[in-house]
Amino acid sequence: MTVLDRRSLLAGAAATGLAAGGDLLGFARAWAQESAWKPEPGANLSLLRWKRFVPSEDEAFMRLVDAFSKATGVKMTVTNESFDDIQPKASVAANTGQGPDMVWGLYSFPALFPDKCLPMADVAESLGKKYGPWYPSAEAYGKVKGKWIAIPVAFNGGYPNYRISAMKKAGFDKFPTDTAGFLELCRGLKKNNTPAGFALGHATGDGNSWCHWALWSHGGYLVDANEKIIINSPETAKALEYVKALYETFIPGTVSWNDSSNNKAFLSGELYLTNNGISIYAAAKRENPKIAEDMDHALWPIGPVGKPTEFQLAFPILAYTYTKAPNACKAFIAFMMDAANYNPWLEAAQGYLCEPMKNYPKNPVWTMDPKNAVFAEAGARSLAAGGLAPVTEKTAAALADFVVVDMFASYCTGRDDVKGAMRNAERAAQRIFRNA
Amino acid sequence: MADAALTHDRPAPASGRTAWERLRATRGWAGFWFMLPTALILGLFLAYPLLKGIWLSFTNAKIGRAGVFIGLENYEWLWDDDVFWLSVFNTCLYTAIASVVKFGVGLYLALLLNKHIPFKSLVRSIVLIPFVVPTVLSAIAFWWIFDSQFSIISWSLRHLGIIDGNIDFLGRPDMARACVIFANIWRGVPFIAITLLAGLQTVSPSLYEAATIDGASPWQIFYKITLPLLTPIIAVVMTFSVLFTFTDFQLIWAMTRGGPVNATHLMATLSYQRGILSGSLGEGAAIATAMVPFLLAAIGISWFGLQRRAWQSGGDDR
Repeated sequence: MTVLDRRSLLAGAAATGLAAGGDLLGFARAWAQESAWKPEPGANLSLLRWKRFVPSEDEAFMRLVDAFSKATGVKMTVTNESFDDIQPKASVAANTGQGPDMVWGLYSFPALFPDKCLPMADVAESLGKKYGPWYPSAEAYGKVKGKWIAIPVAFNGGYPNYRISAMKKAGFDKFPTDTAGFLELCRGLKKNNTPAGFALGHATGDGNSWCHWALWSHGGYLVDANEKIIINSPETAKALEYVKALYETFIPGTVSWNDSSNNKAFLSGELYLTNNGISIYAAAKRENPKIAEDMDHALWPIGPVGKPTEFQLAFPILAYTYTKAPNACKAFIAFMMDAANYNPWLEAAQGYLCEPMKNYPKNPVWTMDPKNAVFAEAGARSLAAGGLAPVTEKTAAALADFVVVDMFASYCTGRDDVKGAMRNAERAAQRIFRNA
Repeated sequence: MADAALTHDRPAPASGRTAWERLRATRGWAGFWFMLPTALILGLFLAYPLLKGIWLSFTNAKIGRAGVFIGLENYEWLWDDDVFWLSVFNTCLYTAIASVVKFGVGLYLALLLNKHIPFKSLVRSIVLIPFVVPTVLSAIAFWWIFDSQFSIISWSLRHLGIIDGNIDFLGRPDMARACVIFANIWRGVPFIAITLLAGLQTVSPSLYEAATIDGASPWQIFYKITLPLLTPIIAVVMTFSVLFTFTDFQLIWAMTRGGPVNATHLMATLSYQRGILSGSLGEGAAIATAMVPFLLAAIGISWFGLQRRAWQSGGDDR
C-alpha cells in the first residue's frame, strides 16, 4: 500500500509539477525511498552556487533544498558567490582538497580539474533515460574524455534583445535571420540614432558569447576537434571584417563594457539592440513597462556556415572526490533534476534558465509569454565552449583569457590589422594548448 | 636555601654542560631566541609563499594539479608574449606617473597642512578620506564616473554645451590609462601627505627661525632645511608608495578588468587572470615572479637614492 502510494505520488508529481505546491516534503520523502543513492548517515553537505539573478529562482531552489534535507536527514548549507568568483573558489577547493562538497558554476569549470570531480556517470545516465537525450552541448560540458564529471543543470540563453519600434523604423518587420541582414539592421539603427551595442570588453558572459557566435557563424574556430590551432584562417578573417563592420554601428564605449553595461544602457533607453539573457526584459517589466512592451528577443542569425552557432552559458554542478558523502551529493543532484522539482524551479527562474535535455515535460514558462519563447532554444542550439573541440581545461583557459574577444577588440579598435589580430590569438592559443 | 639559590644562578663549568644547556643559558643566544618567533612568522608567511611562487613558475602546475618541473618554459613563452610585455609597459607607466604625481601633490599638501590654518585637525582628517574608503568602493565610484554612457563628467559637459556626445573614458587605451592613473593618484595622495606631514613636524622650528634671521628665502629654507631633513621619511614613504602602486590590483580589476584590449592590464591583474581565472598557476606565478626584479630595482632606487647622508647633513653628494 505504501509502495503504491509512493509510486502514484511520484508519478503524479512528475506529471503535474505537484512538488511546487504544498506537498513538496511528501514527494521528497517518497523520492528518497525510491532513490538509487542512499545518503550516508549523518551527512552534511555544503553547496557553493552562483548568485541568483532572479529572486524567485533562489527561493524555489531553497525550498527544494529544504525538502531534500527533511526527507533524507542530510543537512545542507548553501552559499552564493558572484559569477566571477565561483571559478577561483572552486579551483582553490580542488587544489587544497577542502571546501564545499559541491559547486554549481559556469561554463566548463569542472574541466579545469577533472581528476578532482566525483564521477557522475550513474546520475547522468539515469537522468538521460528519463528525460534524455542530453543536448550535445550539455554532454560536452558534463564530460571530459568520455567520462561524466559534472551534471549540466541548465543553460542560460543569451539572445539579441531589441526594441521593436527601432527595428521597424530601420526598415525591418521581422528580426533578420542571417548575418547579412543583421548587419543591415545595425546600420539602419545607427542611421536613426538608435544604436546597437555588444560588449567587446572583458565581459565573461556577454562578450564571450557574441564574439564566439560571430567567429563560428563564419566557420572560424580557435582549435579543431584534435586541439590543433586553426584560428589563423580565411574564415576568421571574414569574421573579423564582419565584426568590424558591426562595431562601426555600435554605441561608443563597448570596448570597455562588462557584463552589466549593456543592461544599464538598454534600460535607460540609450541602447536599442544588444545580447543578453532574459534579465533585461524581467527588469523592464518591473521598472519600465514601456520598454518591456516595445522589446522582444530573437534567435541569433545564421551565418555563412548555414547552421546555428550560438554560444550559451551553461551551469554545470559538480561534487568533489574529497567529499565524505558522495552518495548524498549524487542523491541531491538527482533530486533537483527530477522533473517534479526541476520544472517548478525552472518556472520560478522566469525564463532565465532552460533545460539541458530534450524530453523534460514542457515548461509553461516558455508559452506564458511569447517573448520568452526563444530562450527555450538555448540548450538545443548552443555549441559547447570548445566549438569543434572537446571541453577541456584548455578551452576553459582560452575563454577565461578572452582570446577570441581580445582578437575582435584589437582589430575593431585598430590596435592590430587582420593578420596581427589573428596572429596574436594564434600565439595565445599556442601558449594555452601547448601540450595538447 | 640561599646557598642553593646562589649555586643555581652560578654558571656551571662549560665542560660539564650539554650543548643544549649552553644554548639555553648563553647570553649571545638570547637574541636568537627573541628573534625566533619573528623569523618563524616571516618565514611562514613571507619567505615560504615567495619561494613557493618562484618554484611554481618553473612548473606547469594547474589549479588542482601539482605539475612538474619544466625549467624556464613559462618564461620563454612570456618572452614572446605581446600581452605580457604590454602589461610590463603598463605597470611601469602606471607606477612611474602615479608615484611622481602622488609625491608632488602629497608633498605640497603636507606643506600646506603644516601651516597654521583654521580647523587644522579637521582638515587633516578630511584629507585622509580617500585613503580610508575601501579601494573597491572608490574603484566602483570611478567606474561610474568614467562610464561610457553614464559618466557624470560627460553628462555635465554635454549639458554645458561643451561636447556633443559622451566621452569614451575607459574605451580608448590612452584615456583608460589616464583614468586608472588618476584614480590611483586620488587614492594614494593622502597616505603620502599625512606621512610627510608627520615628518615635517619633527623638523625643529629653531632651524627655520635661524634661517629666517639669516635672510634665507622660502625656497632656500625648503631646499636647504626641509627637504634634507625630510629625506629619510621620503625614502620610506616612496618605497611603500612604489610598492603599492606597482602591485596594484583592485583598482584596475574593478574599473577595467585590464581592458580595453589589455591597455590597462598590469602584471598583477594579468597574473591573476592567467593563474587563477585561466587555471595556469605556473604561468601566473611566472608573471608574478617577473615582478620581483622590478620591485627590487624600485626599492633600490628609492632607498639608496634617497639615503644620502652627506646631503642631509648639509654637505655635497659625490
